[in-house]
Amino acid sequence: MKNLILTTALLALTAGAAAAQTVRMGTEGAYPPYNFINDAGEVDGFERELGDQLCEMAGLTCEWVTTDWDGIIPNLQSGNYDTIIAGMSITAERDEVIDFTQNYIPPASSAYMALDAGADIKGGVIAAQTGTIQAGYVAESGATLVEYATPDETVAAVRNGEADAVFADKDYLAPILAESGGQFSWAGEDVQLGGGVGMGLRESDTELKGKFDAAISAMKADGSLNALIVKWFGSDVATF
Amino acid sequence: MFAFCADPASLEGYSWLICYLTTGKHLDFYWSFVTVLTLLAVTAPTALAFGFGGAMAARSPLLPLRLLGQIYTGMVRGIPDIVFFLFFVIALDQGIEWLVHQLRCPEWTDPIRNGLEFRVCPEAKVPNNSAPQVWHSLYGFALAVVTFALVFGAFAANVLFGAMQAVPRAQLETAEAYGMSPRQVFRRVLVPQMWVYALPGLSNLWMILIKATPLLFLLGVQDIVYWARELGGSKTSAYDYPHPDWRLYYFLGLLVFYLLMTKMSERVLARVQTRLSHGQATASGEAQRRAEA
Repeated sequence: MKNLILTTALLALTAGAAAAQTVRMGTEGAYPPYNFINDAGEVDGFERELGDQLCEMAGLTCEWVTTDWDGIIPNLQSGNYDTIIAGMSITAERDEVIDFTQNYIPPASSAYMALDAGADIKGGVIAAQTGTIQAGYVAESGATLVEYATPDETVAAVRNGEADAVFADKDYLAPILAESGGQFSWAGEDVQLGGGVGMGLRESDTELKGKFDAAISAMKADGSLNALIVKWFGSDVATF
Repeated sequence: MFAFCADPASLEGYSWLICYLTTGKHLDFYWSFVTVLTLLAVTAPTALAFGFGGAMAARSPLLPLRLLGQIYTGMVRGIPDIVFFLFFVIALDQGIEWLVHQLRCPEWTDPIRNGLEFRVCPEAKVPNNSAPQVWHSLYGFALAVVTFALVFGAFAANVLFGAMQAVPRAQLETAEAYGMSPRQVFRRVLVPQMWVYALPGLSNLWMILIKATPLLFLLGVQDIVYWARELGGSKTSAYDYPHPDWRLYYFLGLLVFYLLMTKMSERVLARVQTRLSHGQATASGEAQRRAEA
């Protein structure tokens, strides 16, 4: 019975494969304003708008998929989707296992956010999301690192007193700080990490990478990328 | 969903709550309960079938079949669930794609395994990249059912094997004395009588299965725990309905759901137990006979 179901499913799923391939865009859906699942249950945010525009310019049909951050690179490699567009900073370690397009967000600041500005960010307990460049930085800074699976949990950890501060992309923390009603404040100096945010692709997908690279270049050239960055992150962030 | 929800920022009180609880995202959350219940409804009989097959194989007079049954129960029971869920599903998925690849793209020359990458020809992707998302979800769900059934089937096989051994030998001997063939003895005497011995073990498995459904998220199916965490997390005004950290309330809701599920199961299982004991040569069957006499 199970075999029967499986075979029918296989036939149904693989029928009509000759048509143009849809490009599946993998994102986390938990990192506003980069990417999040809006109240209608759809992927929304800066990267949704950017990705849709890039696909249109490159003449591709794109479909959005969400996955948890922990497995985002392995799932790309095993082919569950074709790109990672999830606020992922370009780093040398990641570049060894996957390929990146040129960056679509310039190298941006990471910041510490805490309940009081004098929090001990050098020797205290710092929350960061697992597998991010911020987590790597904290681990080497001498502070005690506590890792969480989702960005939201890192902020909740500071609110609950489990951690002294959270270390993440400043663009992610800024709206939370602004709406916390004075509960949170920045602690210490901003830190520059990574080579900006780019799209991740399988190393063998050079053709697709070329298409997206060309589209990003075009958006950089005509200023529409800067306009999009300002729309989602505000006017005082770095642009191209 | 409702017309008056068009501008969430202007809503207050109950109308805000009604609109909040009927957002598309919440509807996804409610659907995920259906997903979990469907998983249970499909997995339980499949696992039981796996278990029955495993138990029969392990009792078989043929050595290869017996070994197969014993290896299946031994291996699956010995491997931690989480390892199984992480490893087996990927292996199954890639195995299927590899097979389809061999059938459809014989002239493909690029390596399928390239470092950490697994890359089959586009025609061999299961489901196809261009397939609607619902097929991707169904495929993930089917992989989940197979994995759950395989894991729980191994435990069920052991329970059923034990139950088959527990049926009093005298019952089978009597059947043989009446001239029944081994198959008839198995079908008419052994199987009907073994359920009462299997039930305590099977009911344990059912309870564990109910509680194991959050493992679905490991398999990429967005289950109730995923949605509770996602919906409960604090929301800034990037969302239509900003709110502070409400995970506690969502998880309390899940707690109630799981408690209700287990409570209902206990009642049903108690009835089944009464029914199966009827006329059996066990203590509870004997107690029933006395009460009726």
